[in-house]
Amino acid sequence: MSLSQIETDAAGVDATAVPVAPQPGMVGRSPGRLAWARLRANRTAMVSGWIMVFFIVLGLAAPLIELVYGISPFEQFQDKIANNSLPLGYFGGVSGEHWFGLEPQLGRDIFIRLVYGLRTSLFIATSAALLTTALGIVLGIVSGYLGGWIDGVISWVIDFALALPFLIFALAIMPTVTARFYGPRDEIPVPFRIGVMIFLFALFGWTGTARLVRGQVISLREREFVEAARASGAGLFHILFRQLLPNLWAPILVSFSLAVPGYITGEAALSFLGIGVVDPTPDFGVMINKSLSYAQTDPAYLIFPGVVIFLLVLAFNLFGDGLRDALDPKSSR
Amino acid sequence: MLRFLIKRLLLGALTMFAVSLVAFGMFFMLPRDAVATMCVKNCNPERLERVRVELGLKDPLVDQYTGYMKGIFVGRDLGSAQGGFCDAPCLGYSYTSSEEVSDIFARVLPVTLSIVIPAAVLWLGLGIGLGMVSALRRGTVFDRLAIGFSLTGASMQLYFVGGMLMIIFVYTLKILPVPHYTSLWDDPLDWASGLVLAWVALAFLFSAVYARLSRAQMLETLAEDFVRTARAKGLTKSRAYGRHALRAAITPIVTIAGLDIGGALGGTVITETTFGIQGLGRTAVEAVRLGDLPTIMATVLISAVFIVVANIVVDLLYAVIDPRVRLG
Repeated sequence: MSLSQIETDAAGVDATAVPVAPQPGMVGRSPGRLAWARLRANRTAMVSGWIMVFFIVLGLAAPLIELVYGISPFEQFQDKIANNSLPLGYFGGVSGEHWFGLEPQLGRDIFIRLVYGLRTSLFIATSAALLTTALGIVLGIVSGYLGGWIDGVISWVIDFALALPFLIFALAIMPTVTARFYGPRDEIPVPFRIGVMIFLFALFGWTGTARLVRGQVISLREREFVEAARASGAGLFHILFRQLLPNLWAPILVSFSLAVPGYITGEAALSFLGIGVVDPTPDFGVMINKSLSYAQTDPAYLIFPGVVIFLLVLAFNLFGDGLRDALDPKSSR
Repeated sequence: MLRFLIKRLLLGALTMFAVSLVAFGMFFMLPRDAVATMCVKNCNPERLERVRVELGLKDPLVDQYTGYMKGIFVGRDLGSAQGGFCDAPCLGYSYTSSEEVSDIFARVLPVTLSIVIPAAVLWLGLGIGLGMVSALRRGTVFDRLAIGFSLTGASMQLYFVGGMLMIIFVYTLKILPVPHYTSLWDDPLDWASGLVLAWVALAFLFSAVYARLSRAQMLETLAEDFVRTARAKGLTKSRAYGRHALRAAITPIVTIAGLDIGGALGGTVITETTFGIQGLGRTAVEAVRLGDLPTIMATVLISAVFIVVANIVVDLLYAVIDPRVRLG
């Protein structure tokens, strides 16, 4: 990374600092533009960013791909399944027509199911990350700025939430919530299941962002600009969201970008355990769970979804790391 | 130190009390009808009614809660349909497997311990070792390889790694048996060969995180003045880095390790489901599938106990490693 002197100096200033007014004869660059320049110079971050974009586009364009590919995720190719319920052909029935082969027994096309699985996974992960970040910001900023008993209560709740084992609680909550709204024999609609999952993530996930924001706010609240706002009679809402929040966007962006892959993993884990999305909805976790019983006879069924989710999470993680390095150069790996 | 310990224990007890309230409230207030959920087939109204009375679901909620808690500490009478008197620690009676929940746990807890403890030793050793060495050899090929390893591991899914390990070692090379549990005291060799894949899978994923963290911590510590002073005084490299720097670098790692181990003891749900080993986690999954409420409730409580206890242990270790904590 080749940085000019002025850039190196600016890099030493933390993201919360107020930008210095540009001196005559020099090109002024905002911290945001500096970060962008650093991000673009980071090859790993750019490559993983493009892979990320590729996956997102693939997920968004799933119906279009289905149209071009010509196979729906629910179509069953029973004629291509042998009597022992395994797909005919090599490596799980990979062919020009079925790029990633077929599922054993039901004979559905793995490629198109993965494309739709991407959609499920990204939708849940992004909504959960948005929701938890929003909750975390509000609670963190309030608790950090107000202090006192409100801070005490929120901090205790954060510590308490950390003492709850997420997966076990999720295992327990899912059936109880379902039992609250549906009878034992009712069909449970897919949006309801997805909604409960996002709710679960929100319930447990806000604590990380809240902690982060709280810490930052505590270090900011005694600064002059906050004092000035208070002195000129600004309301609480104005101080919290107009004065403090704009100074926090860098750490929030980083925590958001690293939360998404976390929820991709979490969603797949819940579905893997059978408490998230269920078959016939295309999903990585469900697929891998089913594939484990065919690990001996049809390894391709495990490898394709496994590799796709690995690449997806890896791309998001690497990009998040790059973003952090760009926004906060002091925390270099 | 004693005051610190007492304060910490009280706080832990308070957290446990809150967890038990939440868990209890969740199960006994939320479902429309816990009994109907529990009993999926062969249920006629009279039988449901009898079960409700025996479970004490007709009593006021506070009585139900105190009854449950009393059962844990001194035992209680559950009635003839639930196997009579249930000794402390009584966690209720599981209708689906027709035995006391504490008996189920006595059976599955050693399994989870056998998975987690060796795996934790492996992942801590591997992760911290890798992180330290790559910090000391910053920029070398070894460092790059270690970074690559930790990035890969941090994005891997346990069920995928586990499945691949099984495909390679069990089904293709055929050098390991299908994962299973045998008691360590009965046959140590079989115990190890049945669980080794679970250890390796867990260690791979976790050590990636620890390698990354301990590398960053170590780099930060190595830049500190006291390390340079130690070297300047004439201390050997191994003594300055191995003792002085390591001690300072390891404190944050202890916190995370405590939380991870506590969480894992509370149920390695995914590991056990992947390898088909019946421990605490898989018991919880099955209890959920069968709607076995007493077992689910007990799993929640036990796994929370593990985390709370792990937190207390971490704080105590912290006080041992870092003298500032004791004074604060």
